[in-house]
Amino acid sequence: MSPLLHMHSIRKQYPGVLALSDVNFELRSGEVHCLLGENGAGKSTLMKILSGALKKDGGSILVEGKEVAITSPHDAQALGIGMIYQDFKLVPDLTVAENILLGREPQKGNSPFIDYKRMRETARETLSLLGEEIPVMARVRKLSVAQRQLVEIAKALSNKARILAMDEPSAALTEKELKNLFAVIRRLKTEGVGIIYVSHRLEEIFEIGDRITILRDGNVVHSCAVSEVDRRSLVRWMVGRELEHEYPKTNLQRGEEILRVENLCAGMLRGIHLTLYRSEILGLAGLVGAGRSELARVLFGADPFQSGKIFLEGKEIQPRSPREAIDLGIGLLTEDRNQYGLIMHMSVRENVTLSNLRDVMNGWVLNRVQENRVVRKYAGELRIKTPTVEQDVENLSGGNRQKVVLARWLFTRSKLLIFDEPTSGIDVGVKYEIYQLINQLAKDGLGVIVISSDLPELLGISDRIAVMHEGTLKEIFSRAEATQEKVMTLATGGIAEVESAA
Amino acid sequence: MQREVAATRDFSRRSLTRLLRDYGIAIALLVEIILFAQFSPYFLTAENLVNITLQVSITAIIAVGMTFVILTAGIDLSVGALVALSGVIATSFLKSVGSFPVALMIAMLGGLGVGALAGFIAGVFITRFNITPFIVTLAIMTISRGIAFMYTDGRPIWDLPPEFAFLGSGRVAGIPIPTLAMMFVYGIAYVVLNQTRFGRYVYAVGGNKEAARLSGINTNSVILWVYVISGVLAALSGILLSSRMNSGQPNAGVMYELDVIAAVVVGGTSLFGGRGSIIGTFLGAMLIGILRNGLNLVNVNSYVQMVVLGVVILLAVMLDQLKKRS
Repeated sequence: MSPLLHMHSIRKQYPGVLALSDVNFELRSGEVHCLLGENGAGKSTLMKILSGALKKDGGSILVEGKEVAITSPHDAQALGIGMIYQDFKLVPDLTVAENILLGREPQKGNSPFIDYKRMRETARETLSLLGEEIPVMARVRKLSVAQRQLVEIAKALSNKARILAMDEPSAALTEKELKNLFAVIRRLKTEGVGIIYVSHRLEEIFEIGDRITILRDGNVVHSCAVSEVDRRSLVRWMVGRELEHEYPKTNLQRGEEILRVENLCAGMLRGIHLTLYRSEILGLAGLVGAGRSELARVLFGADPFQSGKIFLEGKEIQPRSPREAIDLGIGLLTEDRNQYGLIMHMSVRENVTLSNLRDVMNGWVLNRVQENRVVRKYAGELRIKTPTVEQDVENLSGGNRQKVVLARWLFTRSKLLIFDEPTSGIDVGVKYEIYQLINQLAKDGLGVIVISSDLPELLGISDRIAVMHEGTLKEIFSRAEATQEKVMTLATGGIAEVESAA
Repeated sequence: MQREVAATRDFSRRSLTRLLRDYGIAIALLVEIILFAQFSPYFLTAENLVNITLQVSITAIIAVGMTFVILTAGIDLSVGALVALSGVIATSFLKSVGSFPVALMIAMLGGLGVGALAGFIAGVFITRFNITPFIVTLAIMTISRGIAFMYTDGRPIWDLPPEFAFLGSGRVAGIPIPTLAMMFVYGIAYVVLNQTRFGRYVYAVGGNKEAARLSGINTNSVILWVYVISGVLAALSGILLSSRMNSGQPNAGVMYELDVIAAVVVGGTSLFGGRGSIIGTFLGAMLIGILRNGLNLVNVNSYVQMVVLGVVILLAVMLDQLKKRS
């Protein structure tokens, strides 16, 4: 029997770069085929060719053994190819039912009027295929990210999709939502749907994947059954070299107190107590929505607080704006760097100096020579990969963008740096570099707070780990005490059987 | 072989779009000048070229303020009305207070002050109450125009001291004063946008307001200031215009906002903010000004001119889209 999908020696040439050279990819009915690779390896290009968003320069695509021409997203849909993008393509102000049947609204007979009753029923049926209870009359704007994703899947299914490609579906999901998504995926497998699963998170691949294909620099470097590989070789194939440890960690003598938070209440945050020392990395664990980012924003002056006290180096502070916090020596690397960290179409140079132009001024005017010198220095130290510092940051990879933000905060001479999900969307190889940089910051005497939903990462890089749940800080573990189980139990609202009372 | 041909064709097409993208306006300007020079012998004379700068100066000065505003992803519809309001305020002050040099100072301050105040009010509504710039400045436009008519009872202010005409019609070393004012304003604006902190902040706020705030920029203050700048420059144009007309006209500057926005957009500044340049705006204003002047010289009637202008604006915006796609 011929496979459900066969992409045969696909080639794609961009000006100056061969994005895909002779890539073969095969998907069988009822399997989850994971597509792995670093950013720029060619995953997105391959998916875009499949979905008709990009034109291939060579090769052929066969669906159930028959060669097909996909020249537009419409062609792909007609062939039963559904795409679930990271940023969903839903209309927020339409209802769930309207979104699911967008462009294919059932009509009353031959009249131009929409048959809303039938629309609701069809939508409900499709969602129940997924085993999901989502009110079909709710506006998509009101739904959680996980629910939106399911609506997106339902939309593809109602369109008779037999091939479903998911681009980093777990990026914004909580642990529980992810479990649920996996249940949905397993159900779809039994229906004979073939699923292409693109992800950076290796744990997920071992849990849900049947086969994997690893791309590097536009070539397939390996393709096999998931059961035949281990984590270490996966990473090696992706990066193209051996990483010694996944998490570098140097043990440092912690210094004086740099930050003390006493009984802080702000928005959803209730009675937060915590202390941070120089040369210490404090991990903040918790589920999405536990209040970790909120705490970071309050410390950074981006949101106000109602009561409690914040001390920086023993002096009480009340940052009322990011500007004040920056002047006090606090820096925040936001979770979504593209939206809240960087000015995408400004250059590396402009982004690095943005928070501290004062130091590159000659009276009233900017001193471009000095500005260039400063930026080149940081670009070198942090190994920011860019042709020149005049490159717009939107042309940089995720890891390099993160380094640009970090350079900005180093240039403001921060004493306290808060990283919110520092490695989300960043390649394995570059992740390692980011960890090394965070270590270096601690070595240089900074206080560092790291927020991460990647628990192994947090356990791997932190000196202490604070666990948050619904706006409260439950417990602070030392590196030695902390285990995934203990942290997870507290983060999900359970009570840890820790002997911390003793 | 075939592939090679295709590749060359592909390459030449790409380099052509890149050329159009980076120097589009300058090329269009050049083409325009060459064309008009062919059809009218008078077009390339020094007298006519100086004339063009004089004709363009009023809207070009306002376009500088509009560039600041549009770079922050805003819009200022009140500039035309502020031309009228500042003109009538300045001319009335000129008549009512004291002898000439002092009166001129006070008139200038009064005119510019009313522009600054209007911009400030717009800025406050936009930043404190979070109302979209379009609506706020639309309201300020109506209010300003209304006040200009109320203040003058709908009648122009005549009989100004003869010295006042020098501002709009006088020349220094053969160059009209409005032209000099325009050059001065563009020079300052270039330095401010490219070499000061404020300029950098203007681009950052327009590029991504929230990221700019989290980078420590007082975004509200930046936005407030661009409207003040826009108001002041509209007022400056208003004073120059009233001097050229030797009167304060409450119905001066009608629809100027659209001419000005056209100049800025043709100059390549994105209405979504964050992208654009002051040189682009200058070229945009010149392109439109030369088009008007040239079409007049070759006797194209004013109705046809409107159509041509509209087509040029569309082409310019299309070019901008090509820029984004590449």
